[in-house]
Amino acid sequence: MARDFAHEGSVGIVTPQRLRVPGEFGLQCGESLDGFELVFETYGQLNAARSNAVLVCHALSGSHHAAGYHAEADAKPGWWDACIGPGKALDTDRLFVVSPNNLGGCHGSTGPATVDPATGEAFGPAFPAVTVKDWVRSQALLADHLGIERFAAVVGGSLGGMQALQWAIDEPARVGAAVLIASAAKLSAQNIAFNEIARQAITSDPNYLAGRFRSADANPEQGLGLARMIGHVTYLSDSGMGQKFGRELKSGNLSTARGVEFQVESYLRHQGRSFARRFDANTYLLMTRALDLFDPAGECGGDLVAALRRAQSDFLVLSFSTDWRFSAARSKEIVDALIAAGKNVVSAVIDSAHGHDSFLLPLPRYVGVLKAYMDRLAAAAEAGSADAS
Amino acid sequence: MRPDLKIIADLVNPGARVLDLGCGEGELLAGLRAEKQVNGYGLDVDPDNIAICVGKGVNVIEQNLDQGLANFPDDSFDMVVMTETLQSVRMPVLVLDEMLRIGQECIVTFPNFGHWRSRWHLLLKGRMPMARHLPHDWHDTPNIHLCTVKDFERLVRDKGLRIIQRFVAGADHRNRPLMNLMPNLFGAIAFYRLGRPPCSR
Repeated sequence: MARDFAHEGSVGIVTPQRLRVPGEFGLQCGESLDGFELVFETYGQLNAARSNAVLVCHALSGSHHAAGYHAEADAKPGWWDACIGPGKALDTDRLFVVSPNNLGGCHGSTGPATVDPATGEAFGPAFPAVTVKDWVRSQALLADHLGIERFAAVVGGSLGGMQALQWAIDEPARVGAAVLIASAAKLSAQNIAFNEIARQAITSDPNYLAGRFRSADANPEQGLGLARMIGHVTYLSDSGMGQKFGRELKSGNLSTARGVEFQVESYLRHQGRSFARRFDANTYLLMTRALDLFDPAGECGGDLVAALRRAQSDFLVLSFSTDWRFSAARSKEIVDALIAAGKNVVSAVIDSAHGHDSFLLPLPRYVGVLKAYMDRLAAAAEAGSADAS
Repeated sequence: MRPDLKIIADLVNPGARVLDLGCGEGELLAGLRAEKQVNGYGLDVDPDNIAICVGKGVNVIEQNLDQGLANFPDDSFDMVVMTETLQSVRMPVLVLDEMLRIGQECIVTFPNFGHWRSRWHLLLKGRMPMARHLPHDWHDTPNIHLCTVKDFERLVRDKGLRIIQRFVAGADHRNRPLMNLMPNLFGAIAFYRLGRPPCSR
């Protein structure tokens, strides 16, 4: 029997689309790409006034597949299905949601795993460094292609929130509202340190082969898995892990200390292994570097308030009480700067036991605030559409 | 608009930069935006209030007053407002100082413990006063720093603050002539518009 997706609040079966952008695309690092492709999904319908579009930006390990299913047999929906769908926070009955895979990603957009036509081999480590600013420019080309002059909102969590913030600064006329969830205006030293440990785990794997592992039909699975394990721990909270695993044993005997394996060890190893099989090691290096480099205040001598004065959008800034990778204090810095810059801003600190990963979860208060905010934008888009028709 | 908020709104200049401490459901800020082109910010900690503010399009920031206001620079607002919240903060004097550091002026309102009903209640019943403007039982009240009009004015005098306007009203937030004559006895809610000490900066 066919699944009743509408009843589940799901957008149902979705098919990724592809945009080929020809010509030279210059990057912030000074290098350029000879054209590129972006794979993306859309949910909902663009209205006649083209005023109801929302761009969803993904985080480090995300993809264009944010909602719905690729096939009826799929066990898991897209990564943000908790918030995208009919009647959900990003209500696809009212909004047209666009979700691309970032340039440099490994889910279909041009990236290190793509074959370089010049050499016939995967770009691998030769793929140029990509920054959040580059992503904004590439996403703006996707918006042009879709006929979207201005997004009602640009939304993202974590690294996705950084893109939303950069959008507001770099493309002020094209953003109605920027929604920054569990994000930061720049990484702290501690945060960069975690990224560097992850990178070292990858590059010191013998199978990394200086990044040319694809040509040798190898995969630095050990290193990439380890990188993911480190990341995963930082995305959870002490109390959250305590609730989920405690000191439960998977096997062995504590009193004899023989063959002891804790549940949390087994879980992390499984997470690392399965991630390493589906993710590209060079993309992981590229994405973590983009995170490290992000600092929009840098262009204004470190003055975030001055950088934000350029923005014309409204802002929603959400953070989570137990998030220590992108703590509430980092969001507060953004909020204070937005107030000083005289921008419209709403901010909430959501009580949650789930650390950084909270932004992916259907927590009632979180989803409630997000939905209230997005519903207002949807209503404004509908009013604009009525005026235009 | 609620009558007490209307009284406050009348004291705010059009286009002013306003910070509302304990903004509740955002009624004052929504009203100021509609009537005076004031795009202010409100602080609150109640999740339900925050959701209601979001629905109204009010700039609400989740922040606990008891954890300080150090994140707001000096002189960053024209007017800082706090409605019937002074009595429930941990350090009212510190909050008052902060309000006049952040804002050029401030508006503070509080329930007057010197009202004749409170006095009557304590005198005759021998119990902690409860009234329409003081509805909580002693053990579950958020009001930990109640004061009278006289107490407050003494504090204001000791700190050398300027009283730009004073206004008292009943629990229904309406003013009657007798209240102006004996505010500490007949005023249930007191409104003060305060400025910094002369030549403080």
